Amino acid sequence: MAFISSGYDPKQPMKDRITDIGPRKFDEFYPPVIAKNKGKWLYHEYLQPGVLVHVAESGDEVYTVRCGGARLMSTGLIREICEIADKHCGGHVRWTTRNNIEFMVDNKSKVKPLLDDLKGRKFKGGSFKFPIGGTGAGVTNIIHTQGWIHCHTPATDASGPVKAVMDELFADFQDHRMPAHVRVSLACCLNMCGAVHCSDIAILGYHRKPPMLDHEYLDKMCEIPLAIASCPTAAIRPSKVEFKGEKVNSVAVKNERCMFCGNCYTMCPSMPLADTEGDGIVIMAGGKVSNRISAPKFSKVVVAFIPNEAPRWPRTTHIIKNMIEVYSKDARKYERLGDWAERIGWERFFEKCELEFTHHLIDDFRDPAYFTWRQTTQFKF
Amino acid sequence: MAKHKTPMLDQLESGPWPSFVSDLKEQAQRRAKNKEGVEFQIPTDVVEDLLGVLELSFEHGRTHWKHGGIVGVFGYGGGVIGRYCDQPEAFSGVAHFHTMRINQPGGKYYKTDYLKQLCDLWDLRGSGITNMHGSTGDIILLGTTTPQLEEVFYELTHNMNQDLGGSGSNLRTPSDCIGSSRCEYACYDTQGLCFDLTQEYQDELHRPAFPYKFKFKFDGCPNCCVASIARADLSFIGTWKDAIKIDQEAVQGYIGGEFKPNAGAHSGRDWGAFDIQKEVIGLCPTECMIMDGKTLKINNKECNRCMHCINVMPRALRIGDQRGLSVFAGAKAPILDGAQMGSLIVPFIEAEPPYTKIKEEVIEPIWDWWMEEGKNRERLGELMKRQGLQRMIEVLGVDPDPRMVQEPRSNPYIFWKEDEVEGGWDRDIEEFRKHHQR
Repeated sequence: MAFISSGYDPKQPMKDRITDIGPRKFDEFYPPVIAKNKGKWLYHEYLQPGVLVHVAESGDEVYTVRCGGARLMSTGLIREICEIADKHCGGHVRWTTRNNIEFMVDNKSKVKPLLDDLKGRKFKGGSFKFPIGGTGAGVTNIIHTQGWIHCHTPATDASGPVKAVMDELFADFQDHRMPAHVRVSLACCLNMCGAVHCSDIAILGYHRKPPMLDHEYLDKMCEIPLAIASCPTAAIRPSKVEFKGEKVNSVAVKNERCMFCGNCYTMCPSMPLADTEGDGIVIMAGGKVSNRISAPKFSKVVVAFIPNEAPRWPRTTHIIKNMIEVYSKDARKYERLGDWAERIGWERFFEKCELEFTHHLIDDFRDPAYFTWRQTTQFKF
Repeated sequence: MAKHKTPMLDQLESGPWPSFVSDLKEQAQRRAKNKEGVEFQIPTDVVEDLLGVLELSFEHGRTHWKHGGIVGVFGYGGGVIGRYCDQPEAFSGVAHFHTMRINQPGGKYYKTDYLKQLCDLWDLRGSGITNMHGSTGDIILLGTTTPQLEEVFYELTHNMNQDLGGSGSNLRTPSDCIGSSRCEYACYDTQGLCFDLTQEYQDELHRPAFPYKFKFKFDGCPNCCVASIARADLSFIGTWKDAIKIDQEAVQGYIGGEFKPNAGAHSGRDWGAFDIQKEVIGLCPTECMIMDGKTLKINNKECNRCMHCINVMPRALRIGDQRGLSVFAGAKAPILDGAQMGSLIVPFIEAEPPYTKIKEEVIEPIWDWWMEEGKNRERLGELMKRQGLQRMIEVLGVDPDPRMVQEPRSNPYIFWKEDEVEGGWDRDIEEFRKHHQR
């Protein structure tokens, strides 16, 4: 392959350089019906799972078909999305915050041909390319992080567990039978670049072994004071270590103080935590970000650890599926999973979901832990 | 014939949900066939090797990507994340596999000519694998080599009028909800504010000068579809101050069953006939609604704008007209000291261009404080925790407001300031001893 220059001259990097121009302006990309009616929408309605209509003061309507997508996506698939958008939507398409793809048309007559087209498209392996759903009181797409496909700190994969869980929850992606909407999220480590900590159900990758110490390289690869300062529990201290007959500067870790957050590894590549048996999944439940009825709240740890069971994470998917089933049968209309758990009491939540309550689930991290202990006679047998 | 056997990944091709494995395999085949005759600037078999190294991770239960690597484009400190494979001999196509973050357009609306241009660029100069989109909001281009970084940047800026997003200790790419472009709940133009601030703070976005990352997110209403309150250092959530607008006829439409509650969101189950008392009035957190005969009445002064009644009856109830936003500060994920939710620092501010008050009276004083006093890798929320909400109030120069707290303190350990106490703190012990023997 011959190198093709874009026009950039490495000897003169500042020549014709364009910087600080920001993104393309949103309104360049608005479909005409959106541009015309922005700020003048009256109401919306779900015509069926995955299909919405928004009605404007002008009487204009926009019909939206929402499809699930893997956020890991090839240019080949994006080109296919473009082909669909060109054919049905005048060359316009958008994505949602939760990795769904939205095709919009400005007339009801255009909806059915679009739906038929989307339903027929499958990968050679058999899965749908554009499953329609993800609206209303159902389970929408999982937001997630990179995992083993691209990240250096994960304790589990992202795309793999997401595919496995969404296969299991697929019927509810295409249905509106839940008491309220159910948001599932996955972060492959505690850094949570996906910020899953306020989800109805959060899948979180977690390490369980303290860092290994690569003494030979540690002082060369890392700023030791930064590695020490990175530890939230002060488990790391400087240390001189005998390595191959020489004294080298390194660190020592008080293993019993380690909470496996991996922050030291972020600062120092010579302190890896990843481990086949040590790493796995924590399940959290009952969080939300909406201010509807009750305040936003954090998800709570309900399963301390499930091993990484690639390629289909059966225990993880089973626990999540079961939790959603129990919730859907027991909760009241409009009640989010966390609101339901608080109403029936967490003791009842564990009983109904048949989850074991182990010591790992009692908070012992700093002052806020105390406020999570039961300090009333109001509990249930 | 695939380059690497992937028996574990193959098991993720079945099932109804879109299979990323199938997508990657089909992409690998497209590159191998290369029907368009693209002169690929990175190895043709890059996707084969990506599948191969992922299969190895599935076997080992561990990632095979090395830690970091400082690469980027000239003059920027963010937007590119260096990535190297820790098994480069076995998977040479992904030995160097850097990420580029591309600042997404507001509302994630696209025209296909733009997307096709981006695909052409990324097929030529990268792996052809993307994230649509990353968690922060950017378009993520996954995987290219160091020499291609400047080339991609040059083409983006010269041919596509498109810049990179943020990474590292800088302003991260701001992101917004769909807002008033297609949502009747939006209390301000989220895309307008997001774009304006993104342009205003390009320097902060591209050149890391902060103690740590800093995120802006824009939610048009308290439903919080982009989760700003959980994850943004400054979260801008639309709200209103006056009365919810009521269409009494439409209220009767819901009561009579003509309109489906919650816009039809509960259509998958028979929940029985709509009961306004039980489903709306009884669930109102402030109990500020009643049915007076056939008239729905809201005591708007007591309403806390939770959105429930509006969500249930979007054809009958509409947000008020005196609109603006509330600002929350300090949200973050658990690293390090536990997760933090955003705390209310500005109950109401108008959100009309050019947004001068938001910039000069909220954002910039907070940045000055955080850059002066924030420790290395200390998020704004952690600084707030360390120095207190009082300090934030001082920085903003606003009066304390009971809206800013869930409840007043339950301990009396007030850090009185000397000028608050009559006579100050300098006292004469000898004078004291005249009346109080040792």
